[in-house]
Amino acid sequence: MMFNNFFITLGSRVIYFMYFLGGVANLTFQTIYLSFKPPYRKDRIFEQAKKAGFDSLPIVSLIALFIGFIFALQTAYFMQRIGSELYIASLVALSIVRELGPVITALVVAGRVGASITAELGSMQVTEQIDALEALATNPIKYLVVPRFIALSLMVPLLTIYADFVGILGSYVICVFRLGISSGMYIRVTAEALYYKDLFTGLAKTVSFGMIIAIVSCYEGFNVKGGAEGVGRATTRCVVFSFIMIIIADCLFTALFYFIFP
Amino acid sequence: MIEISNLHKELGLQKVLTGINLKVDNGSTCVIIGRSGCGKSVLLKHIVGILKADKGKVVVDGQEVGSLNEMHMDALRLKMGLVFQGGALFDSMTVGENVGFGLIEHDHLSQKDLLERIEESLSMVGLHGICNLSPSELSGGMRKRVALARAICIKPQIILYDEPTTGVDPITADSINDLIINMANKLKVTSIVVTHDMRSAYKVADKIAMLYQGKIIEEGTADEIKGSKNPVVHQFINGLALGPITETLDHYK
Ligand SMILES: Nc1ncnc2c1ncn2[C@@H]1O[C@H](COP(=O)(O)OP(=O)(O)OP(=O)(O)O)[C@@H](O)[C@H]1O
Ligand SMILES: [Mg+2]
Repeated sequence: MMFNNFFITLGSRVIYFMYFLGGVANLTFQTIYLSFKPPYRKDRIFEQAKKAGFDSLPIVSLIALFIGFIFALQTAYFMQRIGSELYIASLVALSIVRELGPVITALVVAGRVGASITAELGSMQVTEQIDALEALATNPIKYLVVPRFIALSLMVPLLTIYADFVGILGSYVICVFRLGISSGMYIRVTAEALYYKDLFTGLAKTVSFGMIIAIVSCYEGFNVKGGAEGVGRATTRCVVFSFIMIIIADCLFTALFYFIFP
Repeated sequence: MIEISNLHKELGLQKVLTGINLKVDNGSTCVIIGRSGCGKSVLLKHIVGILKADKGKVVVDGQEVGSLNEMHMDALRLKMGLVFQGGALFDSMTVGENVGFGLIEHDHLSQKDLLERIEESLSMVGLHGICNLSPSELSGGMRKRVALARAICIKPQIILYDEPTTGVDPITADSINDLIINMANKLKVTSIVVTHDMRSAYKVADKIAMLYQGKIIEEGTADEIKGSKNPVVHQFINGLALGPITETLDHYK
């Protein structure tokens, strides 16, 4: 009996996930199609870009700076043992630009912006505001999803560049002021370690992270059922599914780039 | 003209509408009555195409809702105004932006004309100088009236009212009744009014239709409904606790 239940639960989860993927794919296609269809509403995109990008600067700064500190200290532990403190700079620069910057930024944005989008659209859904948009001959996807989609696909890369910079700055502070590496030396080693392709592969994936966050959060918001409790559940699901999809996308992109740009 | 034929809709596991047939002539007012939860709001949502019929069809001005492409559907929707039961005001916008939403999105009016139209619609529902408030600052009855103003602001030829007089004081309720009558008489608006308020129903209706167990079980003028022999209708319009409607409920228990 318990065994039976296990398969029933598993089966319903799998079916639910298939629905989710189908719904997300459908929403993605419609959103991309409607993004290119006039009229373009720059003011709404700008408003969302400010909410998603500019308002995220404090938290992104804080987290990136501390990641820089921590990363420098942790690598220093080993590098000092083998007497090559100088390479902390290159190691930190590469890890942050290629991996940590993009992923940490995406996760922060998913938690901060994605969750708020789901909560907002979700309460619009339960109070019939989405129906009201339709009744007033306004496509809810065009009106609500497209601006968020465009804003997030632009803002996540920009925030990532910023986070990369702040993270490296954090490590610089530790290396120069605690470990006695000269400032000029640190900058030179960092510049030598980074190639354009590192920056490019780091940023290319963040565009897709931004899209994932926008689509998953809007999808969950649109599909809220059951009042305030439903909004809460959808918000949790939005964050969980965004995290999962960001990590999967990251893994795919990293593998892809590894083979394309060896 | 609105023509609904053999409309079926299942929501969740529940068969909400099971073959609705209803015809509302141009310029006339049809009141739909029925118990709470019998599917009146669902029916209105089919007329503006927010919900899609499982079976049957809704034809508005000769066009079948649901079979139109997006452009034609939007054009048709701009001819209709739906007053949502709960208001459904956009809470990220001010009252003015709410009322003018349809015009802002679809017409390119000058700022001055726009403000005029918004003020005009608000004064038709007896509200003044609240353009810059946000919906959360309004009372329930005011919200309802703002929703009404939003629906009439686009000057629709068809207005669907979902319980327009519920939750407002009796004086305002009566002025809303007058508004509905005026819209029909002066502007030749076709209206469907969903209501529980029998006084209001008798006052505004050209025709009353009763929805029960997913079907229209009786329709006729106010007097015909008052004199109906159907025990279900009789129980409902007189608001009796005992009768066939509640007996079937007991039967299910
Ligand atoms: N989105 C939905 N999903 C599932 N069931 C729904 C949904 N919307 C409505 N229903 C069901 O359909 C039935 C009819 O709902 P509807 O809102 O049309 O009732 P109503 O006649 O307008 O009642 P009231 O007078 O209380 O407003 C209800 O029993 C409700 O449970
Ligand atoms: Mg209702």
